[in-house]
Amino acid sequence: MSAMDGDDRSRWSKAYEGAVLRDVPFETMSGVPVEPVYGAGPYPGQYPYTRGVHPAMYRSRLWTMRMFAGFGTAEDTNGRFKELLHHGGTGLSTAFDMPTLMGHDSDSGWALGEVGRAGVAIDTLADMRDLFADIDLATVSTSMTINGPAPILLAMYIAVAEQTGVERSALAGTIQNDILKEYQAQKEYIYPPRPSMRLVTDMMRFTTAEMPLWHPVSISGYHIREAGSTAAQELAFTLANGFAYVEAARSTGLPVDDFAKRLSFFFNAHIDFFEEIAKLRAARRIWARWMKERYGATAERSLLCRIHTQTAGVSLTAQQPEINIARVAIQALAAALGGTQSLHTDSYDEALALPTEEAARIALRTQQIVAHETGVTNVADPLGGSAYVEELTDEMERQAEAIFAHLDELGEGSILEGVYAGIENGYFVGEIADAAYRFERGVNDGQRIVVGVNAFTDGDDPENRNLLRIGPETEDYQRKRLDAVKADRDGQRVQDTLAQLTSDAADPTLNLMPPILDAVRAMATEGEIVDALREEFGTYVEKAVI
Amino acid sequence: MTEPNIRILLAKLGLDGHDRGLKVVARLLRDAGMEVIYLGLRQTAESIVAAAEQEDADAIGLSMHNAGHLTLAPRMVAALAVAELEIPVIVGGIVPDEDVAALRDAGVAAVLGPGAPAEEVVDVVRRAVDQRRSTG
Repeated sequence: MSAMDGDDRSRWSKAYEGAVLRDVPFETMSGVPVEPVYGAGPYPGQYPYTRGVHPAMYRSRLWTMRMFAGFGTAEDTNGRFKELLHHGGTGLSTAFDMPTLMGHDSDSGWALGEVGRAGVAIDTLADMRDLFADIDLATVSTSMTINGPAPILLAMYIAVAEQTGVERSALAGTIQNDILKEYQAQKEYIYPPRPSMRLVTDMMRFTTAEMPLWHPVSISGYHIREAGSTAAQELAFTLANGFAYVEAARSTGLPVDDFAKRLSFFFNAHIDFFEEIAKLRAARRIWARWMKERYGATAERSLLCRIHTQTAGVSLTAQQPEINIARVAIQALAAALGGTQSLHTDSYDEALALPTEEAARIALRTQQIVAHETGVTNVADPLGGSAYVEELTDEMERQAEAIFAHLDELGEGSILEGVYAGIENGYFVGEIADAAYRFERGVNDGQRIVVGVNAFTDGDDPENRNLLRIGPETEDYQRKRLDAVKADRDGQRVQDTLAQLTSDAADPTLNLMPPILDAVRAMATEGEIVDALREEFGTYVEKAVI
Repeated sequence: MTEPNIRILLAKLGLDGHDRGLKVVARLLRDAGMEVIYLGLRQTAESIVAAAEQEDADAIGLSMHNAGHLTLAPRMVAALAVAELEIPVIVGGIVPDEDVAALRDAGVAAVLGPGAPAEEVVDVVRRAVDQRRSTG
């Protein structure tokens, strides 16, 4: 042990001793006592945090088991939320339907056939109230997966809380609000990148000032990977987007240490076990180094890459769907060994439809097995020091740095401008489509085995599938509900708040959260608010390239 | 006499942005010698009819991952009928097996499930177009 390492070790010991540990025996099944961490420093909780963000990792606190849910009407999803909390879920995560994600009301022509199908339909504050009915927003932490219309949904959440007597400063949770990856991968954008970025920085400024427990952006590689990127591209594009948000927020005058501590990350846990673990380790190291060296962050919290992970939906097969349970278990294990702070495990039927309640329960149980039965939570970063995992971690970092260098050059010294340029010139979508095609060719020519798809195909039983169906009655119900809300509101107040919003949007020095809150409280619909901003911001149309 | 090249128009119908599968299909049909007109995201039945007419498409491939296929795909077929275009419509994406019959009844020429191999995709398009050329 070098002198330096001795220092690391004693500092780590001290930090570890300060942690409150879970009341479980830290030993193997046979009774062999185990250390909290093995191998060389820097140790967990020490810069550059390759080995974890906390000195005791899961000995003090398991990851948050956050299951993504949403379908049908707000009442339907409210029921699923209560079910998940009852089964031991520890945080809520909301999936919205496509019209809501794209800023269209349920009665818009665009919404036809899509209301409540891939998530819950939210048109107005009234729906949001139903969504969180009988759930104490002061104690639960809520994640909302929405990007283009994110400020509107955040405003609705704040308004619901305030109507039930919970101050906005007490609200804990995350809103995805990562608009950059929408242009690169998920394609749920509304406005062009620059005005969209203004909405993101407005929210960052607003939550930094008024919602200290809120995470205003969850910088997401998940969708980049699902769209077909490699692990290294997922890592690099995501962190580059993170640097872009840091640069954008700093350019509005926010000091880096004021907001960086509230940034969080969202990665994919795919099926290539060790590469996924290496990717998460590399993410922490790169983020810490860049925040410190390039952006001058000094607060420790600003350096920590805190990660939510979801298992890879795209790896699930429609053939023999029940074998997806095994895939999810392996991916969940990779997320745990990679040191995630929170985890969603996919339901086995997701290649076919939205999950049934049974499938969602099995998925939650899968991560509970990893957390409570396998013993992997006893030791922080148990694979640290493995020659293979360390080398893969270094390789992930090398590949990511090469991509950062390219973006930095594109942006002439600004990653933010480099990311804009890469969106504009098709760099991101092209790289992702190339990688996706390479993968598919591999499956097609049999070089890559996917069990149940191109090998071991016996045993599929399409007749006996119990799928969640959302009937057309949801759409009818939601439209009638929206009609009723519209009939019951003060039309003049709605028009006034929307006009104020459009006018504020023209002045980039104004924060748009307060006028959005006013419009939400006046029962303006999501679509009306989106359109009020569209008047000033315009609409983004992607160049279609293959 | 060799058949003229197949011109296939590919589009995402509706709001969902999952274009990975459609892009892969676009490339593999192109590699198989077809002419691909890639319309991309957020297309409506009307915008697809207009493009199909203008591009003289032999087939239309729709990708849907939004569970809206039972509403949207029949509307697509109906819009083509109104425009008096006899162009086969092939649907891919996340479509449960039990919905395939309903889509076929509504006039959809073929449905490709998740994980359909490249040869099957190419084959299904060729057969749909051949059938239309022999009857049309």
